[in-house]
Amino acid sequence: MASKAPERTDTADFAQVPDREGMFGEYGGRYVAETLIEPLAQLEAAYFKFREDPGFVAEFEADLSHYVGRPSPLYHAQRLSEKHGGAQIYLKREDLNHTGAHKINNTVGQALLAKRMNKSRIIAETGAGQHGVATATVAARLGLECVVYMGEEDIRRQAPNVYRMRLLGAEVVPVRSGSKTLKDALNEALRDWVTHVDTTFYIIGTVAGPHPYPVLVRDFQTVIGREAKSQLEAMTGSLPDALVACVGGGSNAIGLFYPFLEHEQVQMYGVEAAGLGLDTQKHSAPLNTGKPGVLHGNRTYLMEDENGQIIETHSISAGLDYPGVGPEHAWLKDIGRVQYESVTDEQALAAFHELTRVEGIIPALESSHALAYALQLAAGMSPQQTIVVNLSGRGDKDINTVADIEGIEL
Amino acid sequence: MSRIRECFDALARQGRKALVPYITAGDPHPEHTVALMHTLVEAGADMIELGVPFSDPMADGPVIQAACERALAHHTSLRDTLDMVRHFRERDSRTPVILMGYQNPVEVLGTSEFARLAVQSQADGVLTVDLPLEQAGPALATYREHDLDTVFLIAPTTSDARIKKICEAASGLIYYVSLKGVTGAGHMDISEVKNKVREIRQHSTLPVGVGFGVQDAESARAVASVADAVIVGSALIRQIETYLSDPDTMKKKVAALVKDLRGALDHDLAEAGRSATSA
Repeated sequence: MASKAPERTDTADFAQVPDREGMFGEYGGRYVAETLIEPLAQLEAAYFKFREDPGFVAEFEADLSHYVGRPSPLYHAQRLSEKHGGAQIYLKREDLNHTGAHKINNTVGQALLAKRMNKSRIIAETGAGQHGVATATVAARLGLECVVYMGEEDIRRQAPNVYRMRLLGAEVVPVRSGSKTLKDALNEALRDWVTHVDTTFYIIGTVAGPHPYPVLVRDFQTVIGREAKSQLEAMTGSLPDALVACVGGGSNAIGLFYPFLEHEQVQMYGVEAAGLGLDTQKHSAPLNTGKPGVLHGNRTYLMEDENGQIIETHSISAGLDYPGVGPEHAWLKDIGRVQYESVTDEQALAAFHELTRVEGIIPALESSHALAYALQLAAGMSPQQTIVVNLSGRGDKDINTVADIEGIEL
Repeated sequence: MSRIRECFDALARQGRKALVPYITAGDPHPEHTVALMHTLVEAGADMIELGVPFSDPMADGPVIQAACERALAHHTSLRDTLDMVRHFRERDSRTPVILMGYQNPVEVLGTSEFARLAVQSQADGVLTVDLPLEQAGPALATYREHDLDTVFLIAPTTSDARIKKICEAASGLIYYVSLKGVTGAGHMDISEVKNKVREIRQHSTLPVGVGFGVQDAESARAVASVADAVIVGSALIRQIETYLSDPDTMKKKVAALVKDLRGALDHDLAEAGRSATSA
């Protein structure tokens, strides 16, 4: 298919990770209390079985086409490319999916798995509310009970998504422990799971958590990269020169990157949230500034203090406001396959306005981080080169945040 | 012989069961922890499980979460916790202390350094909640080298094959989690506990402690009838939480609860004693 022959890099065999213990090099694993070991083993066995089951795969693909609305377009942002005077920028339009972000790819897959495993109850954690909405959506469609854990602070910041989840029939439970944000919602979901493990399926929203979640979520998200690859091939006849995606937990990034990993000529950039700046304490960039440790069931890079306590993070975008990152990203950083950069709140906000005004697309603040970095990158490249940016979500959910910052009352 | 082993042997000779209270180091204030530990022992505790505070205690219920938050408000670290054990040992060289916590603070200190300091402060065992057998390899070797007992959890969901493996790796005691849930939950089923403890005993001669769901004297007595040790955390910490502003009353209430639990554990022993005398 691709005009350039696929090449394996010498450094790693990307199909061989994670290993049987769920390790990506020294990252990943299953760092949970004993009660969850057996349920995770059951989930792993079920997933590896159904992954090979043509019936399951066909149902997943049909749902992606008819319910999610895939394939999502790959859009050549010509005006933006010309204005910034460098590489051609292509946007992978995950914002056009049902519910407005890439999150639904994964929840559709996990919900099918829950149904196959005869679980009657779905739980999830959510930060910005996008994963919560995507989970409540699939639960409604399958008639499953749904409980979403959300930090009290996030509930305040994301009222429209909270209402959306409630409309869909989900119970949204405020989490008041710790920093009252995403990381605490994840703790609370794990506590719920351990208590109702016989009846409940826990839909984790990102490529983190204990094995098999990082591999399972990755697999459900790689549709992004597979489509982008064939779409760009059809449009330009070649592979992209660079890929750019934002990284919080990292599910949209791994979804785009994974099918390209073996093509070593494709440069990849994961963009973390630098918040008010990496030199302040107010950011969410564990790959740029953190150290490896253990949180939420996996070993990965973390933002922590000198005693190993997890510290509060900051980003203008709630979806990137997380102190850890998926273990596969930790590994890809260490082996040098992906470069992890960062973008401040201010830069992301500028990119948000730029895309809105130049292309008529309002991007999510998360995706605006990827966009901001892509614009810098494009400027240093030639017009014959191409960049694919994962436009992971739409920005309608963020208009209150942006208006607030700019002192506008809606 | 390890302090934990000695303690269980002595109790076995008396036909008694171990009472193991849990408190979180640094809760409600780092200055109170050592005194509270002595209070626990004076009131009838045989061993102490000392919690190392962590920002994200995912296996703990709301009561112990709040205890961690209070301890962390005073920046109680793993090093501070080990210092508390060292101070405790100045007046008590007999009561075993098991450190219970999560892996990340250990990672930051380094497993070897942690083990070295734990031995230096005369702690006896380590239980890392989020370090199941499969991930424990290197840490297990380090703790063994330092003669620290390695305590593992077994849960209602643990398969028979896995129980066997855990029993082979464990030392000191086995900690059976009495219910599917977090610490302090209230839905323990004693007949299920009894069956699982019996299963564990088929694979190990180590003493079996039961915790997570022990609420009061009644459930403590029920657990003591099927296990070797009764572990009580949230119920005690509720007393600490209730009397935060009044440390003297707090100590008295904690002591009263421990005495109450002790009485419940020794009740059957006293009954046996009475019937032996009258016979």
